[in-house]
Amino acid sequence: MLNRSRSISASEYREWLLFILLVGPNLLLFGVFTFWPLIYNAYLSFVQWDMISPVKVWVGPSNYRAMFADPSFKQVLFNTFYFTGVSVLLTTVLGLGAALLLNQPLRGRNGVRAVLFAPTVLSGAAIGIVWIYIFDPRYGLLDAMLGWFGANSPAWLTNPRWAMPAVIIVYVWKNIGYSVVIFLAGLQGIPRELYEAARVDGASAWQRFRYVTLPGLSPVMFFLVLTGFLSSFQAFDIIKTMTDGGPVDATNTLIYYLYEQGFIGFNAGRAGVAAVLLFGMMLAFTMVQMRYTERRVTYA
Amino acid sequence: MAIAEDVTILRTSSSGGRASRLPLRYALLSYGLMLLALLAMGLPMYWMVAAAFKENSEIYQIPVTWVPHAPTLENFGRAWRAAPFGRYYLNTIITTALGSGAEIVLATTSAYAFAFLRFPKKEWFFLLLLAALMVPDQVTILTNYLTIARLGWVDTYQGIIVPGAAVAYGTFLLRQTFLSLPREVLDAARVDGAGHLRTLWSVVIPLSRPALVTFGLISIVAKWNNFLWPLVATNTQEMRVLPIGIYRLLDQEGTTQWGTVMAGTIFVVLPVLIVFLWAQKHIVEGIAAGAVKG
Repeated sequence: MLNRSRSISASEYREWLLFILLVGPNLLLFGVFTFWPLIYNAYLSFVQWDMISPVKVWVGPSNYRAMFADPSFKQVLFNTFYFTGVSVLLTTVLGLGAALLLNQPLRGRNGVRAVLFAPTVLSGAAIGIVWIYIFDPRYGLLDAMLGWFGANSPAWLTNPRWAMPAVIIVYVWKNIGYSVVIFLAGLQGIPRELYEAARVDGASAWQRFRYVTLPGLSPVMFFLVLTGFLSSFQAFDIIKTMTDGGPVDATNTLIYYLYEQGFIGFNAGRAGVAAVLLFGMMLAFTMVQMRYTERRVTYA
Repeated sequence: MAIAEDVTILRTSSSGGRASRLPLRYALLSYGLMLLALLAMGLPMYWMVAAAFKENSEIYQIPVTWVPHAPTLENFGRAWRAAPFGRYYLNTIITTALGSGAEIVLATTSAYAFAFLRFPKKEWFFLLLLAALMVPDQVTILTNYLTIARLGWVDTYQGIIVPGAAVAYGTFLLRQTFLSLPREVLDAARVDGAGHLRTLWSVVIPLSRPALVTFGLISIVAKWNNFLWPLVATNTQEMRVLPIGIYRLLDQEGTTQWGTVMAGTIFVVLPVLIVFLWAQKHIVEGIAAGAVKG
């Protein structure tokens, strides 16, 4: 395969030209709109700039220092991990439960699967708006249902304590179908013989789950946890429509902060820091996960 | 074991003719849980639809009503008049069609090149693509905004479309598909004197239609729902797309007209819902394929 001679033959040259024609546009776009932004973001994180004036002032790491000293930015970091951690946990656990349920020979399970999956293809902004109405403390669906148990709704979206749980509920509601579908595909991939062998050995239902199902699903679960973290770090449309990061920063996560600093506050330096941190977190997360799972995950 | 547990629920699975049995107690529990899941997932959607057909007074009535007393279409007309939905539709259709079209073309051509062309340092370029996969769009909004501002593309279709047109995921997906095509067919085309472009157009693409349709559908759904980038790349009502446009219904003075707003959200989600119901199998399988087959 390796051609060590320096001269390039005519046919090789033609293939090279064709390559440029076929892959070039894709790579060019990546260069301009994906790789260049990473460099430029890093640069912006070291300047002070209002995004209007022609002068950018180099300030070194002072944007970073100022942000990490700022209690509201600490709140943003806390929110990001709160939101991400809880939503990944819930989508994984509930998704696994629903997949185990729908993996049984039940009537109508395909219909239920479709209903579970439908929200994942719908606009997050539209869903956020529908849920504002559902959370409405007087006329909302949720209040009516809580009423059956003699309870009243909290003012979900205007109460700093309840706003984040509300946003998480909606995010999990929207994304759970994805986990269910992936888990179902994973369950189908576990060889039936393993279950039969376990049954012959007298394994209980719990033991079959613990020693056959879970290990068989571990690559799938790894994939879901990883992609779950990466996508919830970026969750924006639901937060923007439901709470605008509020009340008092209660649902302000890193991606929302980036948007707010850049496009409302015109503070390129802080937005740059947020972009650098967001990317760094995702990269670190991917790498740690990959290394960790190389040892722990059982590949069936 | 109790006799009741021996009563079995018979069901013919769609794939084969195999009948399965579940102990009754267990089956009842399972159906109960299934109903619960159905309600949790379905009720919010039902609530949206019901509200869109309710008269204004009924929406603010306590206790709430589950079925509209006198179903009306008024909310839809009101929503359509309250915001330029015609324009939103046009913008969304244009940006979705051109954006997905570009993605499909770029993914197909790149995937072909990576699958069948031989050229020096191919692995390096492939690594670049891999790296691009790890940079989410969200991280680049600020810089890309500055770029389109410099190009004079703010509030234009190309400003919405071009920065998101490159595609890494689709390239991988299609490359896998292309590599799994039977080699004999490709060799036969070559023997018949077909060049690369000819082979791509008349052999590879027709043979990969299911994968192309799947990727196309996923791309269309993603572009239709795209929110953050069109939000920052546009600033006039004339250039807003549907997911951002409905926002305007909320911003109205005083109390929100929920019936109108729910009608507006139906405008946004209905086309995608129809596409989903029609092509459910493709979309679900395509999404699972990217994840499970490692």
